[in-house]
Amino acid sequence: MSIIVQNISKSYNKIKAIDAISFEVKEGELFGLIGPDGAGKTTIFRTLTTLLLANEGSATVAGFDVVKDYVAIRNSVGYMPGKFSLYQDLTVEENLKFFATIFGTTIEENYDLIKDIYIQIEPFKTRRAGALSGGMKQKLALCCALIHAPKVLFLDEPTTGVDPVSRKEFWEMLKRLQKKGITILVSTPYMDEAVLCDRIALIQKGSILKIDSPENIIKKYDKVIYNIKAKNRHQLILDLKKYPSQYSVFAFGEFIHYIDNSSTFNSIDLQHYLEKQNNTEIEIKIGNTTIEDVFMDL
Amino acid sequence: MFILFGMPIAQIMLFGFAITNEINNVNIAILDKSKDAETHKIINKISASAYFKINQEITNEKQIESVFKKGKVKAVLVFEKNFIKNLQTLKQAKVQVITDATDPNVANTISNYVNAILQNYTHEINKNNKPNHQIQTQTRLYYNPELKSVFTFVPGVMTIILMLVSAMMTSISITREKELGTMEVLLVSPLKPFQVIVGKVFPYIFLSIINAAIILLLGFFVFGMPIEGNIFLLAFESVLFITTALSLGILISTVSQTQQTAMMLSLMGLMLPVIILSGFIFPISSMPLLLQVISNIIPAKWFIIIIKAVLLKGATLDVIWKETLILVGMTVFFIAVSIKKYKIRLE
Repeated sequence: MSIIVQNISKSYNKIKAIDAISFEVKEGELFGLIGPDGAGKTTIFRTLTTLLLANEGSATVAGFDVVKDYVAIRNSVGYMPGKFSLYQDLTVEENLKFFATIFGTTIEENYDLIKDIYIQIEPFKTRRAGALSGGMKQKLALCCALIHAPKVLFLDEPTTGVDPVSRKEFWEMLKRLQKKGITILVSTPYMDEAVLCDRIALIQKGSILKIDSPENIIKKYDKVIYNIKAKNRHQLILDLKKYPSQYSVFAFGEFIHYIDNSSTFNSIDLQHYLEKQNNTEIEIKIGNTTIEDVFMDL
Repeated sequence: MFILFGMPIAQIMLFGFAITNEINNVNIAILDKSKDAETHKIINKISASAYFKINQEITNEKQIESVFKKGKVKAVLVFEKNFIKNLQTLKQAKVQVITDATDPNVANTISNYVNAILQNYTHEINKNNKPNHQIQTQTRLYYNPELKSVFTFVPGVMTIILMLVSAMMTSISITREKELGTMEVLLVSPLKPFQVIVGKVFPYIFLSIINAAIILLLGFFVFGMPIEGNIFLLAFESVLFITTALSLGILISTVSQTQQTAMMLSLMGLMLPVIILSGFIFPISSMPLLLQVISNIIPAKWFIIIIKAVLLKGATLDVIWKETLILVGMTVFFIAVSIKKYKIRLE
């Protein structure tokens, strides 16, 4: 096991940020912490990177205890905080050199590891880090976190504020890094990124709701989701909420996701009901379950 | 909130009490070569005034230099031999007022006050004396015969600049890392706390040394300020004070989370006391007792004493070892507290 977390709790001034969190990450696994802002993801990261002391519970990273062996952990992990934390007035190259130096290594020594990523930002290597775009900044930060070939990589919301194309590239890079044997713990508020992880933990309000592989989470979800569309969205939502056997209704992209709790549910009955309520251009079809559906249900 | 309401109160109190060019309780020494009834009366009269406190009596002229170097007294009154005889036979006698003019304002005020007291005294004795007796005062200014103000402000400015550059800049540069989040990354790295701090502090040591050298050179070449003491001692003491200021800056940075707090703490907490309570502009001896006690914990006060002694009086380490030791002690204290307070984690 690369990361073992047991019953970790942490409060800030009596407000519980995380409450009895436990999970394990296998060696070489890409593990995702999925949850909205304020769910406690950053607190988990800071506890595991030895920046915060938990009030209760224990955790080990790469076999080292986060409290006792904090020096060993600091030597062997790569950490990329949620906020851009490089020297804005140093250039791309200087930042990389600086982080290589403080970890007692050189860019050349581990160039293999960062090559794929660094090539993309190399044309801008004389530009100041503060003047880079969001995606570039994250790529540079990833390079800096990787330059000492860490055993475990902690990435706190690496794709927040990054455009969709760069996000996709970023995840492809993570996949490649994983193949090189690096354990990666990543957090994200984007549900669509969750399926890219080997296993995920769904977190809300400081508690873990579910831990499993994304496929299993979706497979185990036993309810059928209907994608419903109509001309007047607002009216549709109100009417669906009034339907006697409704279980949940929420907007998802251009559709309304509707879940029914009756075993005798028939979409034609629903269609008639909606027509009666003066909805027009009604479209009802069975949709694919996404992580977000599962999350909304938890 | 504390800064908003506390500062005006602190400032008005400081300015009201400390900022006065009047003198009070100034320590003086007496060299009485005559020791007769008349000199005795005069000495009593002087010590009875609130302005002077007779700190010690010395027996020969050679001691004048040494008491000044030690900085114990601001002035020495010398009564000539056969004072009473001269007064009665020649109808006039001489008193010499020797002042330590490293602080020109104070020196001036002292000699004026002594003159006034002596005049007052002659008035009294002349009520029943005809013809009038005269006590002549002769003023001598040690170390700064021309009463040049540059002699005070060069050491003063040097102290302020070193304090500001060293303490403020280090504290800001370290809190900057906290604010930008780079501290978070540095913490999760093999760097040890002292490596981070030394790295941040190092450039400012150089900057401060260059600053100190420039100020001294300007003072020496442009304003004709003497450098009487050993140049190496001067350099040593300056580096010592820079270290004190740097360690104070590190201390400030360990207790403040943002650059703004660090700046406020350095500006309000260091600038004002350095200017007001260090004896740079306003004589410490004239302050109320409470402020005099407080002034002892201000490193700048000790540095100003040291640097004036070395620059103007050519003092050597055996005279200023006490002040030097105080600065060393303060530095060790600041560093110790900083190490204790330095956070290896985020909270």
